Amino acid sequence: MNIHRLTLPLAVTGCCLLAWHGGVRLSGSDLFPTPGDVALGIVELGRKGLLVKYIVASLFRVTWGFTLAVIIGVPFGLLLGWYGRAFAAFNPLIQMLRPISPIAWIPVAILWFGVSDLAPIFLIFLASVFPITVSAIAAVRNMQPVYLRAAQNFGLARVELFRRVIFPASLPQIITGLRIALGIAWLVVVAAEMIAVNSGLGYLIIDARNAGKRYDLVVAGMVLIGLIGLVLDLLMRQLEQFDEVRWGYGNR
Amino acid sequence: MATDNTTAVTVRDLWLNFDTVPVLERINFEVKVGEFVCLVGPSGCGKSTLLNIIAGFLPCPRGAVRVANEPVTGPDPQRIFVFQENGVFPWLTVRDNIGFGLTRRTETERRATVAHYVEMVGLKGFEQSYPRELSGGMRQRVEIARALAAKPSIIYMDEPFGALDFITRLKMRADLVRIWQQEKQTILFVTHDIEEAVQLADRVFVMSPRPATITTVIPVNLLRPRDLDAPGYLETRDQIFDALGMSHRLDGAGT
Repeated sequence: MNIHRLTLPLAVTGCCLLAWHGGVRLSGSDLFPTPGDVALGIVELGRKGLLVKYIVASLFRVTWGFTLAVIIGVPFGLLLGWYGRAFAAFNPLIQMLRPISPIAWIPVAILWFGVSDLAPIFLIFLASVFPITVSAIAAVRNMQPVYLRAAQNFGLARVELFRRVIFPASLPQIITGLRIALGIAWLVVVAAEMIAVNSGLGYLIIDARNAGKRYDLVVAGMVLIGLIGLVLDLLMRQLEQFDEVRWGYGNR
Repeated sequence: MATDNTTAVTVRDLWLNFDTVPVLERINFEVKVGEFVCLVGPSGCGKSTLLNIIAGFLPCPRGAVRVANEPVTGPDPQRIFVFQENGVFPWLTVRDNIGFGLTRRTETERRATVAHYVEMVGLKGFEQSYPRELSGGMRQRVEIARALAAKPSIIYMDEPFGALDFITRLKMRADLVRIWQQEKQTILFVTHDIEEAVQLADRVFVMSPRPATITTVIPVNLLRPRDLDAPGYLETRDQIFDALGMSHRLDGAGT
């Protein structure tokens, strides 16, 4: 069982790498790298000390932007989910801002924050704060009314009601929202780094292209982004395993 | 209004319409302190709604509901409601659920109270379990223990065993009677199950179909625990069937 769970994905990945390798060889391209060239590119980045530096730079920006979005989005969403009038007041604005791609904010971010770490952090914050807020709103609104009535029955009001019932009842759905938001944040940090800064995996891709058409390093950057995104999602999934929230995910 | 300190709940001339549809008409009754009363009626007659009004979850439309001589203005920790759909909090362990209403006690008191009621409802060994790990009957036991631990004077129960299988239901009824005999709260219990009412109640209030009113009050003067085969048991059951306007004899012999 466990062996099959590993062998099948490995086999598929291996076949794709082979096809990639064969495709590059057949086309005779000397710009587009084979998987081997990419692996060597990663090793080269490691030797120059850029591998760790760029990964840390990207993760640093995501951590800050995402953390800010959680700190603001979760309480804001809980309040909007609970207070119908606040929801009615803010929801149209949220729904209008939400479809604007964070990429569209890049010029504004540069204008406000210059070419510094603040610009991508701001963009990541923008990208993740909306899904987090919206999932927190939905979580409160979908809460089983019986929990609320039980809480009222025990005399809970306001702060205690939020702390002891509304927040824990909403947490499973909020965590799902955080997972989605972190995925988007990771997408956006790479895009943001292509323009506003001079370090990070997004910068690596643009820099390798501009400084000598190093496509092995371009694809190396892409592979690293994918792998780190996978690890981030696996980490977020671990949150769903806690006893306090496992009830919210059916029988998975 | 003639009430004294032996009356726990008084309902006077309560009427309710949903829009223009009359649901409850001229409901009048009193429940004595320490009494176990079952409200029985056909499905959809409004007995759950009535219990929700009495408990203060719904506003009293017309008429009066008084508990301990005070008009009811909302839910109160002195009167705990046990829900049909199970209101146990899935994010808390059995222990924390049962201790939920005990935040104003000291930690030692709280622990002792929780242990006492865990024992009483037969959940010893499951204190650290989460509700999702328990059966439906055990979850309902947690909710009953949570209600008891808050030391209410009245417990409202809205078909609390409705979702359980037959055997579990019988066991839960027997345990509820045993617990009530120890704890002596007033219990107002809504059910559509006539057998359940006969097994549990001191008095059974029989409701008519919508627009519902209480048509008959049937005292159940049987010793507990009640034997399903006792002549008095069947007689009481038949009285309720008659009050509901139906014969329980389905063999075609007529009533």
